[in-house]
Amino acid sequence: METNSYLDMELLRFSTAGSVDDGKSTLIGRLLYDSKSIFEDQYEAIEATSKKKGDEHVNLALLTDGLRSEREQGITIDVAYRYFATPKRKFIIADTPGHIQYTRNMVTGASTSNLSIILIDARKGIIEQTHRHTFIASLLGIPHVVFCINKMDLVDYSEEVFSKIKKEVESFATKLDVKDIHFIPISALKGDNVVNKSDNMDWYRGGTLMYLLENIHIGSDYNLIDCRFPVQYVIRPQSDKYHDYRGYAGRIAGGIFKPGDEVAVLPSGFTSKIKSIDTLDGPLEKAFAPMSVTMTLEDEIDISRGDMIVRVNNQPKVSQDIELMICWMNEKDLQLNGKYALKHTSSDARCVIKEIRYKVDIRTLHRIEDDKQIRMNEIARISIRTTKPLFFDNYKRNRSTGSLILIDEATNETVGAGMIID
Amino acid sequence: MQAYNLTHLKELESEAIYVIREVASQFENPVLLFSGGKDSIVCAHLAKKAFFPAKIPFSLMHVDTGHNFPETIEFRDKFVKELGVNLIVASVQDSIDQGKVAEEKGYSASRNGLQTVTLLEGIETNKFDAAMGGARRDEEKARAKERFFSHRDEFGQWDPKNQRPELWNIFNGMKNYGENFRVFPISNWTEMDVWQYILAEKIELPSLYFSHQRDCFIRDGVVMYATDVIERRDSEKVEKMQVRFRTIGDMTCTGAVFSDADSLEKIIEEVAATRTTERGTRSDDKRSEAAMEDRKKQGYF
Repeated sequence: METNSYLDMELLRFSTAGSVDDGKSTLIGRLLYDSKSIFEDQYEAIEATSKKKGDEHVNLALLTDGLRSEREQGITIDVAYRYFATPKRKFIIADTPGHIQYTRNMVTGASTSNLSIILIDARKGIIEQTHRHTFIASLLGIPHVVFCINKMDLVDYSEEVFSKIKKEVESFATKLDVKDIHFIPISALKGDNVVNKSDNMDWYRGGTLMYLLENIHIGSDYNLIDCRFPVQYVIRPQSDKYHDYRGYAGRIAGGIFKPGDEVAVLPSGFTSKIKSIDTLDGPLEKAFAPMSVTMTLEDEIDISRGDMIVRVNNQPKVSQDIELMICWMNEKDLQLNGKYALKHTSSDARCVIKEIRYKVDIRTLHRIEDDKQIRMNEIARISIRTTKPLFFDNYKRNRSTGSLILIDEATNETVGAGMIID
Repeated sequence: MQAYNLTHLKELESEAIYVIREVASQFENPVLLFSGGKDSIVCAHLAKKAFFPAKIPFSLMHVDTGHNFPETIEFRDKFVKELGVNLIVASVQDSIDQGKVAEEKGYSASRNGLQTVTLLEGIETNKFDAAMGGARRDEEKARAKERFFSHRDEFGQWDPKNQRPELWNIFNGMKNYGENFRVFPISNWTEMDVWQYILAEKIELPSLYFSHQRDCFIRDGVVMYATDVIERRDSEKVEKMQVRFRTIGDMTCTGAVFSDADSLEKIIEEVAATRTTERGTRSDDKRSEAAMEDRKKQGYF
């Protein structure tokens, strides 16, 4: 790899989902192995383990099955992150478990992804998990979804099988909000259409999975329209050189900011102009999502963590009453009228669950209105009231200002992932 | 590249700075663990960026095994002085002297494992509620599942089955009294990313990383420095070798690699062509397949 070309690469984050035995770990092992991202000592270690177990092939799945308990059970139980790079892109894989009790990990993996790979066993076709995964990809606003129909080698590389599954997924997915869908017939075990084009499926004219990962357009995955700068930390150097310096540090959550821009500060509503955008490498002429910068303003305004700097003529919603979709992640059910701590951008608040409107049946996408007990791994629409106003956008418009988490105040555990509707 | 697209290095930098600022905001008394290795040097560099033009608002802590390379200690002291931050040294020798840990004996004796006790004690006595470190998920299988914000109970232990889900970029640092967090700002970086970043940012490193002549011997296929703190067998012959180190840890468990790479550019070429993992030179990971997982559960970094 050329030294210079490496400095000009993009980052693509993707997650993988599948049921137990769909071959997800094998697929990731295959991507790493065929793109030469596996080191000799890693390969030797799994080769030795495979032999010890009496496996016929070197079991590539062992590369990603990290924890000992997983190795013992032979299943992945937690999100594992994997990395590889080609001359074009660096990839971060969130490898997430597929079985039912760990859906919370899938949501976790999906929350930062640009793309989701959903695996379907060609012999089994669509199962409940496929619905769940597709729905979660849609709910979490993943811009690109790739369905890999795996184990094609076990159905004689049949075009008919592939087309039937494709049709079924399409009819299901039309009910969902997924912008960009792709289908690829693969065999992770044999390597068909993963990195190298398959000789066994002449009927398939599309690219390999790797080709798609390297070339899919991700330039517009961040919101560059609505300017949102949640203040994360206030910088006061207290030194002679920067005696009166007050900088607002944060990561831009949306839009493009420039010095001279007229801005409003929420919640106070005071307006000012951006004086400078500072970094250790010097001042910037513009800054955009997802850059971490420090801003100074022309006027002295009292600003602290949790405030938000926005453009005067394009402001987020400000409210204490919020409608959202929630994915429940805790063994203790969601409590109607219960109180929870809440984190949203750099803001901390508390909230009360005012109403549970309906639960979503992830198989049929129907609303369930007569059972309002929200258990772990269930998804519901709820309304909450917060102790102070939040500054937010619809999740579909901005994944950063549109998302929040709920925390159990007794255990400090993160119990809910919320996507704001209104 | 388009005008409003970040390169992957810039995106990783932005993410790490965000995490470090989040730590400074959410915790009362955080600390940055500093080993003098390249990953912790990069973390300190990112911390400098995060708070510019102010100084880094927390201390650095070095868990000193007493078996560090002299070059590491020299570099550490110079680095800390230039950065203008406070350095705390937690000493494994002290833990041994106080009888809290027992020194391992024999040919493969190492103080690496003893670090855990000293680290936990350093966290406890200084009442740190968050300890940041330069661990990366690509280093080792058990680390691949770490969160950015990793919760530890009052005994400093990690429970891999009970990790908090980490969604979007919202980090939950809420805890009970006595508990603390480990935070890993460069979780998503690979060895290659770190080297590229060091090159791009012109970050200074200890001389150990660059090719040099050194008295070494070979044990179990690993090139070890012939220092007095490692007991050698009669068959282990010491020779001058042209080597460099890919990772820098305790002398007793850090192996060197044969290399002529005496510049960052050459190191990057070497890393790109290399076929073994960085930790492949670390004998501490080889004790058993689940070695790292076991140490992490006990509170190892």
